[in-house]
Amino acid sequence: MRIAITAEGQTLASPVDPRFGRAAWFIVYDTVDKSARAVDNQRGQMAGQGAGVQAVETLAREGATALLTGHCGPNAFRALSAAGIQVFLGASGSVADAIQAHQDGALRAAAGNDVQGHWT
Amino acid sequence: MTGAGLPDKGTLHIAIASGKGGTGKTTIAVNLARALDRPVRLIDADVEEPNAHLFLKPEIRARAEVSLLVPRVNADLCTRSGDCARACRYHAIVTFGTLPLVFPELCHGCGACAWACRAGAIEEVPHVIGTVYSGTAGLIELVWGTLDIGQPMAVPVIRAVKRFADRSRLTLLDCPPGTSCPMVTAVRGSDFVVLVTEPTPFGLHDLGLAAETLQRLDLPCGVVINRSGSADRLIERFCAERGLPILMRVADDRRIAEAYSRGILAIEAVEGLVPRFRDLYDAIVSAAGQAGRPSGDVLHAHV
Repeated sequence: MRIAITAEGQTLASPVDPRFGRAAWFIVYDTVDKSARAVDNQRGQMAGQGAGVQAVETLAREGATALLTGHCGPNAFRALSAAGIQVFLGASGSVADAIQAHQDGALRAAAGNDVQGHWT
Repeated sequence: MTGAGLPDKGTLHIAIASGKGGTGKTTIAVNLARALDRPVRLIDADVEEPNAHLFLKPEIRARAEVSLLVPRVNADLCTRSGDCARACRYHAIVTFGTLPLVFPELCHGCGACAWACRAGAIEEVPHVIGTVYSGTAGLIELVWGTLDIGQPMAVPVIRAVKRFADRSRLTLLDCPPGTSCPMVTAVRGSDFVVLVTEPTPFGLHDLGLAAETLQRLDLPCGVVINRSGSADRLIERFCAERGLPILMRVADDRRIAEAYSRGILAIEAVEGLVPRFRDLYDAIVSAAGQAGRPSGDVLHAHV
């Protein structure tokens, strides 16, 4: 299983970026071989509109089936659902902390978006 | 000199723009339109916050909805190829090996998805994003548009109000502030642009951005200093460096601000302003003539 975590930097020690569509990086973590890969989201950060939808396309390409992030807007949530990516909100601390929290079952799967678009 | 490649001064299209918001574009536009005392069409192209009608109080003659064509997917015909999503630059239609998801508010209405779909599964349907109004107020024919709340895309509504721009008539365009797509869409095609600024560092900074934008668009311009006073040198120095004419100065006068706050024209609140606005028109005609930019409509006169 591949988990995507929004991050401010490129490593497992980087802080979780609470934004989804405009996160600086996505860390894609493979729970089987425990490998991690950083995916640049500069395009999402620069996008005028549609950053969330664009980010979902990126995660789908990376084969992620779960997302750990801070918040998520309505367009992104609709796209994540269609892409079959489970969403876990309220992740904080480092990327490694978020992965641990997810494995401990401390993050609950979201049933919908928790913020409106352009919330930051 | 008319007929020698210059636009006929009686049918000039004059855009009133600025970099910074709140410098007085509408004040200049509505007072100029009224002071001219002759038939003029005023197009309020600031569809995100139109306000010329608040001062002119026109009688509304017509209104029409503005819509964009957005995709609608026929699930029976869709082959899940993803061709539509690959064609869309704006991520307004996306697929994950699934039926496409459409996000109408991200759609620019270009039709690329329908064109790319080999299965003919995409139908384009109107998505209303705003309204265009036209009306009359004395000799002024006013056209304005409103972008619906929550709609991010102003440009299609600006294009819709600009369809009322008629090359055979004197036309003033009250433009949106800034230097991005809405402003560029609004000023494009005009004969001359009046940049309204204020003598502050912020006013100067955004005047510089606006002047640079117009230079790239190859549009001649001049400057009106609003709330003119002791700091004018800031703007004067810039205009001298760039060779931009200062067309008018409107004094920093509390009576003008009070009238504005009540929706009353400055020329009705302060005596002696009507001739000043007529002088502004003459200055625009003169500057537009010196700019010597042939308008598209009179090019055939060279034959």
